[in-house]
Amino acid sequence: MMEWETVIGLEVHVQLATKSKIFSGASTAFGAEPNTQACAVDLGLPGVLPVLNEQAVAMAVQFGLAIHAEIPEVSVFDRKNYFYPDLPKGYQTSQMYHPIVGAGEVEIALDDGGTKRIRVHHAHLEEDAGKSLHEDFHGMTGIDLNRAGTPLLEIVSEPDMRSAKEAAAYLKAIHSIVTYLGISDGNMAEGSMRCDVNVSVRPKGQAEFGTRAEIKNVNSFRFVERAIAYEVERQIELIEDGGRVVQETRLYDPERDETRGMRTKEEANDYRYFPCPDLLPVVLDQAYVDHLRDNLPELPDEKRTRFQEALGLSAYDAGVLSASRAMADYFEAVKDACGDAKQAANWVMGELSGALNREGLAIEDSPVSAAQLGRLIARVLDDTINGKAAKQVFQALWNGEGGGQADAADAVIEAKGLKQVTDTGAIEAMIDQVIADSPAQVAQYRDAEPDKRGKMIGYFVGQVMKASRGTANPQQVNALLKEKLDALC
Amino acid sequence: MALEQTHVQRAAHLARLALDDADADRYLDDLSNILAMVDQLQGIDTTGVAPLAHPLDATQRLRADEVTEADQRETFQRCAPAVENGLYLVPRVVE
Repeated sequence: MMEWETVIGLEVHVQLATKSKIFSGASTAFGAEPNTQACAVDLGLPGVLPVLNEQAVAMAVQFGLAIHAEIPEVSVFDRKNYFYPDLPKGYQTSQMYHPIVGAGEVEIALDDGGTKRIRVHHAHLEEDAGKSLHEDFHGMTGIDLNRAGTPLLEIVSEPDMRSAKEAAAYLKAIHSIVTYLGISDGNMAEGSMRCDVNVSVRPKGQAEFGTRAEIKNVNSFRFVERAIAYEVERQIELIEDGGRVVQETRLYDPERDETRGMRTKEEANDYRYFPCPDLLPVVLDQAYVDHLRDNLPELPDEKRTRFQEALGLSAYDAGVLSASRAMADYFEAVKDACGDAKQAANWVMGELSGALNREGLAIEDSPVSAAQLGRLIARVLDDTINGKAAKQVFQALWNGEGGGQADAADAVIEAKGLKQVTDTGAIEAMIDQVIADSPAQVAQYRDAEPDKRGKMIGYFVGQVMKASRGTANPQQVNALLKEKLDALC
Repeated sequence: MALEQTHVQRAAHLARLALDDADADRYLDDLSNILAMVDQLQGIDTTGVAPLAHPLDATQRLRADEVTEADQRETFQRCAPAVENGLYLVPRVVE
């Protein structure tokens, strides 16, 4: 049986979060009525001229700086010519020969805890096309040009990935970089991030690449893995049965979990690229690039390292908490409010994430604010409440109790009488009562071998906690009980 | 390559232009001259000359990221042959 190696390269289209289009002043807001955000420039009406959006340029450069890419001084827009009704100009304005971002690299996390560098060949600016609606309009197709002219950054990787998992990790890394930078909302369901996957297989050890197929428009992290898994199996079976892979574009169908051929690349359009005469070369001066570099936010990798080194979190915790900017910001706010990074990490990844997952909520929509959670943790740390009561308080905060202010936890503790009893006298009184009420258990305890008694104490702890309605300090209860019971032996 | 009437008629058809024979003759001459000029350009040795992206020695001006366009759908759709529910309708596109 021959061993096969998978080779994957990704082209990721990221919709940039500008307010207006790349070459016109029409709005890019999602979900507007059809064609209400398509102006004369977007429609390609005669006599119009494109003017480049400075924010789109800045965002592209920020991405380039974040992946340590070269930023060439000059970049040029080209026309990619093809005919399709959702492209009224007859060409897409793109960058073929002199892209705005040169070669860079992205670090991905591997399952074994290690990392791998994936090279980015380049990234270029281009405009999106409109949308074709193929529902039946009396045998015709409906065209909505609101999306036409929306700025896209196309990020083209080298064929450096060797498994579906690596491809998904790379896509996640890109997602986290663009959302950290705030240059895209990264919403894959709304098409803000789309991905074409180039896949080929070759016998392990062979230097040349096999013939590749391109899978179009894969629009979720999960589908990337599944589409690749299916395609790899298809290619290997094809070759092992004596066939050969043809270079073609395939479409992934998530419902049937398969890829289907669209058209072979040999027959594909000749795009007749040429420099766009309507746009002059874009020249970036060094001071401008340096200014953008100096103002980059802390990026995922830097944050992960800081969480590990400065805050003492484990590699796993640091990875989870730095995966998205919203998560990282929430965690840091909790940490600042309670003063303990490890406890903050435990609560955010445990109780909070569990509740968010159950309700299908994003952390941005958490009903418990970071300040409220921080205050709750602070009350555990200063022994006002014990761990068990803390979970009750959390649930109450989740349900909107406590008045919604940062100090809502204090209000809940007060209202529910959850303040921990640490008064030794009060605890001793409860213990004495429990011992008096449990003669049979006390007898068993006394008769047991000393090394078995540790386990038997649990019954008494439970009774005392019950008597205190959960408010007694468990460590104190334990210590005092042991003392009193052992005195009886 | 020498241009012939059939090429001119085919280009006109693709551009959806109606040409009568007199026009077609004139365009044949014009287009042939253009192609001859291109041949002349092709003959020049450009080794070592950097390609020119634009004839003007100027750089792209940028505009601020502001929404400046109002909705003019109704005006734009007045010249469209078919519209429905705000959509432009075109002959069905078969994938």
